[in-house]
Amino acid sequence: MPAVPTLPAGPGVGFKPEHFDALAADADAPLAFLEIHAENYMGAGGRPHAQLAALRSRFALSVHGVGLSIGGEAPLDAAHLGRLRTLLDRYAPESFSEHLAWSTHSGEFFNDLLPLPYTARTLARVADHVAQVQDTLGRRMLLENPSTYVRFAESTLAEVDFLHAIVARTGCGLLLDVNNVFVSAVNHGTDPRAYLAEFPLEAVGEIHLGGHDADADETGAPVLIDAHGSAVADPVWTLFAEVIARTGPLPSLIEWDNDVPDWPVLRAQAARAGAVLAAPAHSRAA
Amino acid sequence: MAGLAAFAAALHAEDGAPPPGLAGPAVRRFAIYRNNVAVGLIGALETRFPAVRALVGADFFGALARDFIRAHPPASPVLAQFGDALPGFLADFPPAADLPYLADIAAVEAARTRAYHAADTPRLAASAFAALPPDALGDLRLALHPAVALIRSVHPIADIMAAATGAAAGVEDWTPQALLVDRPGFDVVTRPIACGTATFLAALGAGHPLGAAAAAADDLDLPAALADLVGGALAIGFLPPGAAVL
Repeated sequence: MPAVPTLPAGPGVGFKPEHFDALAADADAPLAFLEIHAENYMGAGGRPHAQLAALRSRFALSVHGVGLSIGGEAPLDAAHLGRLRTLLDRYAPESFSEHLAWSTHSGEFFNDLLPLPYTARTLARVADHVAQVQDTLGRRMLLENPSTYVRFAESTLAEVDFLHAIVARTGCGLLLDVNNVFVSAVNHGTDPRAYLAEFPLEAVGEIHLGGHDADADETGAPVLIDAHGSAVADPVWTLFAEVIARTGPLPSLIEWDNDVPDWPVLRAQAARAGAVLAAPAHSRAA
Repeated sequence: MAGLAAFAAALHAEDGAPPPGLAGPAVRRFAIYRNNVAVGLIGALETRFPAVRALVGADFFGALARDFIRAHPPASPVLAQFGDALPGFLADFPPAADLPYLADIAAVEAARTRAYHAADTPRLAASAFAALPPDALGDLRLALHPAVALIRSVHPIADIMAAATGAAAGVEDWTPQALLVDRPGFDVVTRPIACGTATFLAALGAGHPLGAAAAAADDLDLPAALADLVGGALAIGFLPPGAAVL
């Protein structure tokens, strides 16, 4: 893989078009980078690209795909890979990332990040897909750990072992979504700290933080939903600080995709992430 | 059926039952995925077709959207394109037979999204036309800007759109109308245009020479149509002479 620039180890936010004017007027925004969803910038022109070009000249950029279906059974969509290549060539972002999930089956796009069993067979397939993405795009990608609501009886590998193996086989990096770690741990009755203790932190190129909703299943057990429609929850901030205490500062992004708040609210979340990143190492995980 | 195929099939199943092969209590947990898929796709259609939704009401639109998604599930993760098939679907949708103009309204809204994302191609200035020899005009072929779309209807779609978006009270005369969709800057505009002009411009956009395009349009006010074409900067370039390439 050719060397590519990496994101700066500061706070970022997922860019929302409704924040464009406020962001333009906020010369001191506490942001080291912005992230966009790749699929929202696959048109030919118009305002989306005009805004992105203006922002690109000011901020480091992460392009985050939500539709490649890397965990899917079918071969990757060559047309979609081509669109990604065009987008990455156009903006030369510091990072490209996608999900350990699937969204397309038999040619139908399901518009959600769906879970997959963790087996030797799915491991081989995901590794092939990640390698194909990196070969086609000519760069290293980051793969994001998912939030999941169900587990498959056929799974034989722990998710964290699955991710270790993908990194070892493909040389890809990881996007550690700390909210996803917490959501999945609550949903499956496991310990998020045990997961993070085993997570290959040396491969992490970016962190995601986002809000979740709380529900319950038919047995009354809590189910958290990765809704991205609220502030980052306190337990997630705590886990984030614990991770940063181990790794040092990393590019750390606030995701707020639904019920998008006014800019000052999102700005404050980014500033809080920035404060964790800037804190002396011994005081982070208080 | 196993693995992801069973999961995908269960996302479609009417009864909402989770697929086989999930560990532990899965009914409400699997329903989260079903709900995410449905809410996301219906929401994409609601965003793209607000006038259709206003005309039929939120509940009817939700049912219509579910039927459409079953018949035309998205094939691409680029959801800006999702709904391109809705006008054709509504043209043969018996529950909305009382609203025969609905497909044309959907066509206008579908064109608006395409215009929003269209390429930023430079437009022909009026001076480019002034330099043409007058006897060359009849054979002139033009490429229209990719944001430009013309929607002609046997229904008063301009008045219906205005009523649906709250810009006008209702329809006065039930006569054919046409709308021009374009994006002069970054904002999409939709404006009424004479039916003859719309037919003329659509023929030009399909590659017909100007003379043939004018002949194709009944009730054409040619000076007014040329004013729309040139003054509206709807063209981006001249095409080589020849027959229409359709």
